Amino acid sequence: MQIDIFLQSIVTLANAAFLTIALTVPSLVIGFVISVPLAFMRASDSRYLSSAILAYTYVVRGTPLLVQLFLIYYGLGQIDVIRHSPLWVLLRDPFWCALLAFSLNSAAYTTELFRGAIQAVPRGLVEAAEAVGMSRLQQARLITFPIAFRAALPSYTNEVIGLLKASSLASTVTLLEITGVARRLVSETFAPYEIFLAAGVIYLALTYLVTSVFRLLERHLAGAEPKVARETAMLSLRRISP
Amino acid sequence: MPKHLLPIAFAAMLWAMGAHAGTRTAITIASEGASPPWDSIDSNGQLVGYDIDVGKELCRRMAIECKFVAQDWDGIIPALTVGKYDAIISGMSITEKRKKTISFSAPYAIGTNQIVMRRDLNLPPTDIKLKLDLTGIDAGKQAILDQLKAALTGKNLGVLRSSNSEAVLTDLFGKVATIRSYDSLENLKLDLAADRIDGGLADYSNWKLFLDSPDGRNAAFYGPQLFGGTWGPGIGIGIRKDDGDLVEAFNKAIAGAVTDGTLKKLSLQWFGFDISPPETP
Repeated sequence: MQIDIFLQSIVTLANAAFLTIALTVPSLVIGFVISVPLAFMRASDSRYLSSAILAYTYVVRGTPLLVQLFLIYYGLGQIDVIRHSPLWVLLRDPFWCALLAFSLNSAAYTTELFRGAIQAVPRGLVEAAEAVGMSRLQQARLITFPIAFRAALPSYTNEVIGLLKASSLASTVTLLEITGVARRLVSETFAPYEIFLAAGVIYLALTYLVTSVFRLLERHLAGAEPKVARETAMLSLRRISP
Repeated sequence: MPKHLLPIAFAAMLWAMGAHAGTRTAITIASEGASPPWDSIDSNGQLVGYDIDVGKELCRRMAIECKFVAQDWDGIIPALTVGKYDAIISGMSITEKRKKTISFSAPYAIGTNQIVMRRDLNLPPTDIKLKLDLTGIDAGKQAILDQLKAALTGKNLGVLRSSNSEAVLTDLFGKVATIRSYDSLENLKLDLAADRIDGGLADYSNWKLFLDSPDGRNAAFYGPQLFGGTWGPGIGIGIRKDDGDLVEAFNKAIAGAVTDGTLKKLSLQWFGFDISPPETP
């Protein structure tokens, strides 16, 4: 173990973390935005709508992300029509290809995650919302989604961490994010142990950041719950002892 | 000696014997398998190429049994040093930097490298037959390199990750062009055919195959044939530093194969021209 190589690569790799973040965060945002409507469609009573979305999530979740990335990057590049279309401006660039692959992948996982949470929202709450005359959109916006999101948050944190680490695959399409730079450093120094250890430390630090943020968010969103529970408990106490 | 230490002592003895010259009966050799005609993987999943045939020939001469394994280029040296295999025969140039980590046999081939650029860029013409030794750059050579530098400014250039070409390209043009490093030359060529990059630097013989194929019709050699410098004296077999006996055995076998023309024959068979090293006096 050469400690100087380890420390030097920590600094170099910390700079590369910006590209990792630039890949992960937009992919998560795009994935999230796509997944919310898809999750409602997937949870809907219409079998056609539900199975159309299932087809998408099934294919994306059933194939390795690396294969999807290669299909988008090397595969699409083989097709003349695409090479001569305006889309090529984006698809020519490895960054956008990786972003596309990660977004579609994240959207599929998040859709299924939210679908489960939406279906787990107690039927009675939705019926109550209907009874007070809320429209379908209002029900989804004010009742179903907030409850489902809170329930799904711990699993969604997993998805965020998963994608953060999966972004290392971008190194296979020449992007110099943490893993890409680490591999370049290894080829310059032949010291894989120190450098990949440093890469691991950086990923660990990023994961720590993610879990901290989401723990705060969880606590913030859960804030309402104990209060309601406390008041209900008080009410029932009062009922017992008049 | 306490009885329970005996098996350990015995194992240590076996290990010491294994490390001793002359007792080897079998070795494992790694090759990248993605750089034809040096080495590639055929439709049956078998490693084939000049490297593989040279390896088999040398093993026959050393009377050792050889097993070949495929290994990605960027991990090929670390995996040798930790003992995943005993030798690398994979078109690897003998360089000073690599020699700090591993030993090399004498060269079993002398190769040159060249830049390839897309034809539709209409770059100013250059002399592609010129051979330029990067060892000891004088004013004349510098002028040629400066011309190249001007032509390649602002271009995207692909190169194999962890290769000498990567070091040379970064050294010569890293400041003026964007260098993109690929896992394999196959992927680099795909991106060149898709116009994602404007050109690249790699082994001459490897380019030749690509340029003769339909995918390579929009690309052509550009600038002089490069050798020396970072690439060192030639292509050698990589061996762990403490396996001096293996280096010696390979050197003897290589000298024999050079003298009786076997390497030349294999070179003509795989490359169509002679890249075998000259006979050592």
